[in-house]
Amino acid sequence: MKKHTISKNILCSLIALIAIIALLAFLQTNKSEYSYQISILERAAIYAVVAVSMNLLTGFTGLFSLGQAGFMAIGAYTVAILTIPVENRASVYYVSGISPVIENLECPFWLALILAGLLAAAVAALIGIPVLRLKSDYLAIATLGFSEIIRAVIAAPQLDRITNGSYGLKNIPGFPNLYVAFGLCALCILLMVLLINSSYGRVFKALREDEIAAQAMGLNLFRYKELAFVASSFFTGIGGGLLAMFMRSIDSKTFQISLTYDILLIVVLGGIGSVTGSVVGSFLVTAGREWLRFFDEPLTVAGINIPLFRSGFRMVIFSILLMVVVLFYSRGIMGSNEFSWDGLGRLIRGIPAKLSGKGRKQKGGNP
Amino acid sequence: MAETKQVLHMQDITMQFGGVVAVNNLTLDVNEGEIIALIGPNGAGKTTAFNCVTGIYEPTYGQVQFYGETILSGMPSGKMRKAYAGDAELKQIPTVRNSPDVITKKGIARTFQNIRLFGQLTVFDNVLIAKHMRARQNVFSAVLRLNHAEEKRMREETTELLAEQNLLHLKDEIASSLPYGLQRRLEIARALATEPKLLLLDEPAAGMNPQETQELTDFIRQIRDSYKLTIFMIEHHMDLVMQISDRIYVLDFGKLIAHGVPEEIQSNQRVIDAYLGVSDDAEN
Repeated sequence: MKKHTISKNILCSLIALIAIIALLAFLQTNKSEYSYQISILERAAIYAVVAVSMNLLTGFTGLFSLGQAGFMAIGAYTVAILTIPVENRASVYYVSGISPVIENLECPFWLALILAGLLAAAVAALIGIPVLRLKSDYLAIATLGFSEIIRAVIAAPQLDRITNGSYGLKNIPGFPNLYVAFGLCALCILLMVLLINSSYGRVFKALREDEIAAQAMGLNLFRYKELAFVASSFFTGIGGGLLAMFMRSIDSKTFQISLTYDILLIVVLGGIGSVTGSVVGSFLVTAGREWLRFFDEPLTVAGINIPLFRSGFRMVIFSILLMVVVLFYSRGIMGSNEFSWDGLGRLIRGIPAKLSGKGRKQKGGNP
Repeated sequence: MAETKQVLHMQDITMQFGGVVAVNNLTLDVNEGEIIALIGPNGAGKTTAFNCVTGIYEPTYGQVQFYGETILSGMPSGKMRKAYAGDAELKQIPTVRNSPDVITKKGIARTFQNIRLFGQLTVFDNVLIAKHMRARQNVFSAVLRLNHAEEKRMREETTELLAEQNLLHLKDEIASSLPYGLQRRLEIARALATEPKLLLLDEPAAGMNPQETQELTDFIRQIRDSYKLTIFMIEHHMDLVMQISDRIYVLDFGKLIAHGVPEEIQSNQRVIDAYLGVSDDAEN
């Protein structure tokens, strides 16, 4: 009986995987036609990587950090500087010129992404030493400050010849195809899931539950907090690199605090302590912003122009929706549970009874 | 058997917080295989003494030795040099500091007075986490699942330990949902999973009825024998303490007021005055 349900679940997952690949193949062949949808999905997938990495820290280890934008900036600039084709560099650095150190430094995107992650991780390791002694809100404030420092450093005129200062970097090569874009995101999330489900993941959860007890189990608090912080920053850095490849041009304003808040929103909405929640939340939030574009268009009902409908109104509606979600599902869409086919089955069977639109949200997150 | 080995030796331990001397000049020994009880009225400094052994506090003055190795020792420094109000005469001793996790690694495990389980995790995971400390994997082998054999061994050992503690049928329960008595038992099981030589129990029978206390008495003896442990505990239930202890130390206002086998303690006038004489009224 039990074996039967397991194989049924594997079958469901296989079908879902094939469906996703088929969808990707379809989008890949009709790239120009669906470029708008593709860009939404790509952005959502990249945000999902960063959201899961933030969840690794906030939801699983209990460290509330708001430094995501800073680590993403490190990753994005690393990838940008290393992958902009050498022949295009003169046109990118047309204002202040390019530093000879990086002038001929070019490497394939996959290597640049790994270096982006490693650099973000190294910076995290350094700032983790003082910062991880702080608890909860204080840690959040310290990491927030760090994130702003990174942004200020990137925009600093002294680094103009490396980061191109406030002009930003453009001509960053994009993803060769959709499979690479989504494959990389999936790989990052898979690695984080493997970490969370390993012995180290259990230690992270132990730290979240009770630090004194964890210490009495022979676990060095600082060591494991640092490990979680470094691992999370590694993937955040890669996420930043992916974002640079997605946007093709970046500048320091891309990595403002609001980017961290976007990610935080996804994590809270999806459920703190749920990987699938973060993924679902990422697609919902990113797509939701676009669906609501309707509110930005002028609307005329029975000959009367309704004054509220104008550009910017969309974000008001979006914020109200978020408040409603947080008020009524304070634990997020998934709580701290993970997605399972059995859970989805229960949910679908429960829909007729409730007659509510909850089931749609689940499906919306599947691609 | 030849000479019994000294497992724990506390020498002149003094713990002062601001002007309050919580533990004052405490010297005690725990020998291999013994069950030793530390008793005293509320606020006598028992848990503070425990915290000095496990490294949660650094003693203001004094040394803690574990199998002859000094694991903690302190000298009053800074402001404390002037404020020091303990009875122990200060002798120059080197300072040794170890954090609680290092001390656990050396083989001292403990339970807590107010149970500290990993509340939202399962019973199984609570014990499995304690196995992490002695694992040889690193984070890369763990993520890439190259530590398969070790992970399997850890899980088998956890299953075995839970079976021995009669907790196996509860392995998938969330720890905080267990009844109080079982939470205590799980906490002891989790401490045993760190493979200790010395087990410190902080009021293991707190909140238990007489029957549960009797079961606990047998349980403590049984784990001492089957895991070859030495046990040092704080306890208020006098029937338990008198039945089980090889020797008893009595603290009052941070000071050691008596020490001996249960019969001696029962008839010691100072103890009766300080503790036993009023305990019946105080506890009810």
